[in-house]
Amino acid sequence: MMRLRALVMATLAVPALAGEIPLAERRSDTLTMSSELRAMQADDAANPASFSVLDGEALWRVRAGASGKSCADCHGDGAQSMRGVAARYPAFDSASGRVLDLEAKINQCRTERQGSAALPMESRDLLGLATYVGRQSRGLPIVSDDPRLAPAIDRGRALFTARQGQLNLSCAICHDDHWGRKLGAATVPQAHPTAYPLYRLEWQSVGSLQRRLRNCMVGMRAEPYPMGSDEFIAIETYLMSRGRGLAMETPGVRP
Amino acid sequence: MLRLILALGAVLLGMAGAGAQTLPPILNDAMPASLTGAPGDVARGRAIVANRQVGLCLLCHSGPFPEERFQGDLAPDLNGAADRYSQGQLRLRIVDPSRINAQTIMPAYYKTEGLNRVLGPFAGKTILNAEQVEDVVAFLMSLRGEKTP
Ligand code: HEC
Ligand code: HEC
Ligand code: HEC
Repeated sequence: MMRLRALVMATLAVPALAGEIPLAERRSDTLTMSSELRAMQADDAANPASFSVLDGEALWRVRAGASGKSCADCHGDGAQSMRGVAARYPAFDSASGRVLDLEAKINQCRTERQGSAALPMESRDLLGLATYVGRQSRGLPIVSDDPRLAPAIDRGRALFTARQGQLNLSCAICHDDHWGRKLGAATVPQAHPTAYPLYRLEWQSVGSLQRRLRNCMVGMRAEPYPMGSDEFIAIETYLMSRGRGLAMETPGVRP
Repeated sequence: MLRLILALGAVLLGMAGAGAQTLPPILNDAMPASLTGAPGDVARGRAIVANRQVGLCLLCHSGPFPEERFQGDLAPDLNGAADRYSQGQLRLRIVDPSRINAQTIMPAYYKTEGLNRVLGPFAGKTILNAEQVEDVVAFLMSLRGEKTP
């Protein structure tokens, strides 16, 4: 009897969660879009985010700040030097001991190496540089193998599975347990970070992964973390680890 | 000091909201008594359920709403809800479904406790007010053996 009770209690206590998506079932959410949007993403001439890549490419060569140097003066041709970089960001930064996402790394170079001002989050210039650097990883698999990222990945996972907001939902409830289902008109995606920054039709503009995370938190009626916060970077780091092996698609297009 | 007063104010506000002490009693898996003491309105309830900013129900559920093109499939169809549940069971399901299934993903529509990082404008507020809950319950009680057209 005791054993039966214990068994029933244990069964009740098990969360009704499916858990992380098995690696073999992980796939980019590009595949759930309409064929028109997929074609738009794949064709540079039709992809509205191409303008952002061109912005970034131009800025790459602009000398700025106390150093009087451009990104190109130190890094040369971005198509060579930045190949594969975005596929392994956020990365551990030994100098600061922090985990930095691509935008934060670019701003670190701006302030500490170029001697110029940090670019505001979601500004045209920062999105341009991030999209340009991201473009150089298109088609390359996401790499997440630095053991120094483990604390950020764990924290990101904890935030991903925590219930938040007035609706008391977690990211995992939608993106691990109900991907592929219909949430009203939207198909719930697996939420991989492969295509950011990207052009979202609803935004009518290019936006970062953090902007997307902000949207989901507001949808849950949860107070979003500040842009650039360690919390958002932890979630980004977890998403990259969760999406490891998937091909980068920056710059993407979304409905 | 100001922060202390603000924090205290927030606590008091929270208590003045939909505190459990103001709720009618729960008997087994049901809350038999109305939150307002009065019956709800079916038409108003239908409008709340269909509204994606107010009831949010159709994000997860489908139901007899031929005019609503996009309905969710994260949860059972609402058709025939009154065949399966009593009024009191439906009321508890809306007020706080975690009383029925601790792991449920359905939000508690008349509860403010136990939530984290609630977005500013919603902090300390229930998703629906007592009248709206009763309207939704009245609408659900009208769903008897209907078929999705
Ligand atoms: C004065 C030289 C200098 C300038 C100017 C400069 N960088 Fe850097 N950057 C470096 C050095 C050195 C590193 C490698 C050390 C490190 O990670 O901090 C680096 C690293 C990076 C990385 C990370 C590469 C990796 O493999 O992890 C990115 C991305 C980057 N820079 C982008 C930029 C961008 C964009 C600009 C222009 C806004 C820029 N940098 C300007 C010197 C510079
Ligand atoms: C109620 C369900 C729900 C919850 C909870 C939710 N999301 Fe989302 N998320 C969506 C939907 C639906 C989309 C697709 C975008 C759209 O059409 O609005 C999306 C899109 C995304 C994307 C973009 C994927 C892509 O391919 O562009 C990411 C990343 C994401 N969510 C992460 C999160 C994170 C992190 C959380 C928790 C802080 C979260 N989501 C919470 C439903 C949800
Ligand atoms: C985030 C998704 C979600 C939202 C929003 C939601 N529900 Fe639910 N609801 C569920 C799930 C899932 C179930 C299945 C039982 C469970 O898991 O608790 C359920 C069960 C029910 C049931 C019992 C159905 C049956 O036949 O067993 C009723 C009635 C119900 N919900 C009504 C509503 C109403 C009315 C609203 C809006 C005021 C609403 N729900 C909003 C997810 C949701």
